[in-house]
Amino acid sequence: MKKYWSFFRIRFIRGLQYRTAALSGMVTQFVWGSMEILLFRAFYQASPESFPMTFEALSTYVWLQQAFLALYMVWFWESELFNSITTGDVAYELCRPVRLYDMWFVRGLAVRLSKAVLRCMPILIFSWFLPAPYGLTLPGDVKIWAVTILSMTLGLLLIVAFNMIVYMSVFYTVSSQGIKLFVTSLAEFLSGSVIPLPFLPDHVRTIVELLPFASAQNVPFRIFAGDITGPDLTISILKQTFWLFAFVLIGRYLEKRALKRVVIQGG
Amino acid sequence: MIQVEHMNKTFKVTRRSAGFSNAVKALIHKETDTIHALSDISFSIGDGEMVGYIGPNGAGKSSTIKILSGILTPDHGSCLINGRIPWKDRREHVKDIGVVFGQRTQLWWDVPVIDSFELLRDIYEIPRNQYLTTLEELIDLLALEEIIKTPARQLSLGQRMRCEIAASLLHTPKILFLDEPTIGLDAVSKLAVRDFIRKLNRIHKTTVLLTTHDMQDIDALADRVLLIGKGRLLLDGTLSDLKSRCEPPCATLDEIVASLYREFQI
Amino acid sequence: MNSVRLYFIFFLMHLKSMMQHKVSFFITLIGQFLISFNVFLGVYFMMTRFHQVNGFSYSEVLLCFSITLMAFTLAETVFRSLDTFETIIGNGEFDRILLRPKNSLFLVLCSKVDLTRFGRLIQAVVMLVYGICYSSINWTPLRCILVVLMILGGVCVFGAIYLIFACLCFFTLEGLEFMNVFTDGAREYGKYPIGIYGKTVLFICTYLVPFALFQYYPFLYLTGKSDNLWYSLLPLFSALFLIPAFLLWKLGLRHYQSTGS
Repeated sequence: MKKYWSFFRIRFIRGLQYRTAALSGMVTQFVWGSMEILLFRAFYQASPESFPMTFEALSTYVWLQQAFLALYMVWFWESELFNSITTGDVAYELCRPVRLYDMWFVRGLAVRLSKAVLRCMPILIFSWFLPAPYGLTLPGDVKIWAVTILSMTLGLLLIVAFNMIVYMSVFYTVSSQGIKLFVTSLAEFLSGSVIPLPFLPDHVRTIVELLPFASAQNVPFRIFAGDITGPDLTISILKQTFWLFAFVLIGRYLEKRALKRVVIQGG
Repeated sequence: MIQVEHMNKTFKVTRRSAGFSNAVKALIHKETDTIHALSDISFSIGDGEMVGYIGPNGAGKSSTIKILSGILTPDHGSCLINGRIPWKDRREHVKDIGVVFGQRTQLWWDVPVIDSFELLRDIYEIPRNQYLTTLEELIDLLALEEIIKTPARQLSLGQRMRCEIAASLLHTPKILFLDEPTIGLDAVSKLAVRDFIRKLNRIHKTTVLLTTHDMQDIDALADRVLLIGKGRLLLDGTLSDLKSRCEPPCATLDEIVASLYREFQI
Repeated sequence: MNSVRLYFIFFLMHLKSMMQHKVSFFITLIGQFLISFNVFLGVYFMMTRFHQVNGFSYSEVLLCFSITLMAFTLAETVFRSLDTFETIIGNGEFDRILLRPKNSLFLVLCSKVDLTRFGRLIQAVVMLVYGICYSSINWTPLRCILVVLMILGGVCVFGAIYLIFACLCFFTLEGLEFMNVFTDGAREYGKYPIGIYGKTVLFICTYLVPFALFQYYPFLYLTGKSDNLWYSLLPLFSALFLIPAFLLWKLGLRHYQSTGS
């Protein structure tokens, strides 16, 4: 466990070093969030009764999305990992006394967390000061906070587990670029990063919410915004747990099979 | 004719210190160090001369080459090449010079070398007949016949350097700047490159200014050596002058430079 | 005329290079399409739910979206070299360009033509055709010309922004990601007529960065929401944004030649 922790620390500290980039990224995310909310305001004015959630909930969703972008964006691929598989350098990694899956999983977590830590606080504080209904609305119930953190963790692990599946799939295909692009754009839409899932038509939404990607950012942000409550909340958390286990199992299975092949072929 | 008089160039470099508080400070106020890349450099090179320009890394060699090619402007001093000030009259000036950077390529990676050549013909607007004659000669002298239809990415380093040199000479420049042309090459390629440069100089009276770390390049090519260290011109003379300055007689350039450093106390 | 010919020769070279990596080229092409198709899906689902926004119908929004997307994509295809200018400076390619007896900005533009963006262009064309066919616009010759003017004006504005970005690279290479706000951000949020974002955004996009001059105001005239004929001339004014950008380039170039970094 200790070696994974030190591995995590190295990656985490390395991620913290790009300060100017973080500042620049923060400015971008402020603008992005504001534009997104202004856009939804226009739709709200067009027809308030068609709005599937309260405007406060929407604003909260958007700001959380911007603050924690680094945690849930599917497209944070590490090209180093792709390259190491296609060039065969992955063989070096196999020499270390750690499991490839675990090491890369920890690495993915560290990269995302280090990016998010620098950027989230200023955005959260800034958006908290914005006038209602455009700012971040904090829930009064402590339980909601706790459930949100649990759900955020599950969502983050889910996304990293999904990344792992894609990394592992590169062992089996020639063109990693194709899979990456296709899977990324599909997953982005289905996870609710283009528009929040409640804005989809009901029949589409029913299907999308059954799919694994709805268990990433969609659940924690809406719990925090008060858009998922009661029995739905329990079901959503259970779904998150289910998909997380499924993804990890698939990823580890793919890893085992892939490494066998690598060993047989001699790298 | 290259005439350089009292040329000076300084750079400002931001000082970086470790630690978070220093990084924050750097956002507000940047501390800078001034580096004297060239101080009071004067020399002149006649038409058809072959001159070796040597010195340790960071001595100011590439700054000089950049100023002479018109990419960089000096702070003070004058520089006149064939009657033109390089950086003032850049677009006319560069028609007269060819530059080879040993560690960079100007060839297109994925297309046959000849296509890169033809593009250069169009960029320099070389008349068709002149282009064909020059190309034929370069193919002959550099033995390019076999490789000219191959994409650059498939060439060995030596083959690529030969093509690289040819690319810099298509517009028949009067002056050729070579920046470490033999770096990383194997013995055969080095000899081929040296041999070609000698022939070029003999046939066309091309003026050659060559920077290198390879003493044998100097031995084979340069009649005259300019030694530069920490931005100052330390020596201007023949190779034997250079060697005789060193006590006891030393074999490598590094030792000579080191000894001259001691002599000039820098 | 000579420059046009030279650009064409460069273009053929890029095409040749790209055809050396056909698979990768087509995958990137499709990828570009998929990414912007997501944006379309977003617009589609929002418009099916709300039917109109600020008085603009679905087909009108698509028309506006396609004009912005087309202008952006054309600009990105042509000015891609400026968008990646930090690498051109970093790897010494710019020094090499200064050694050529041609205008340096022209040669920079020649150094890259990104044809993978055509995946997005196809989408823009489809949406444009749909928008033209299904919106209730009263098509006059002037309005047809106006669509072309809007696209060209947009190319100029985006081109100017890329140019400004490249100029900043002469001075610093750090923290320039914020420029994405003006390029990717404008593409992303230019999918709707800029007026719907409210007065402040419209003000900024009119007087600071002239997005609204090629997009929102002429679009009002195009859709018959305004009779002000002047609005149809604004795309021409938006092209003037290139002038300060070009002056900045001159300044940046001089700075580069005196520092060499």
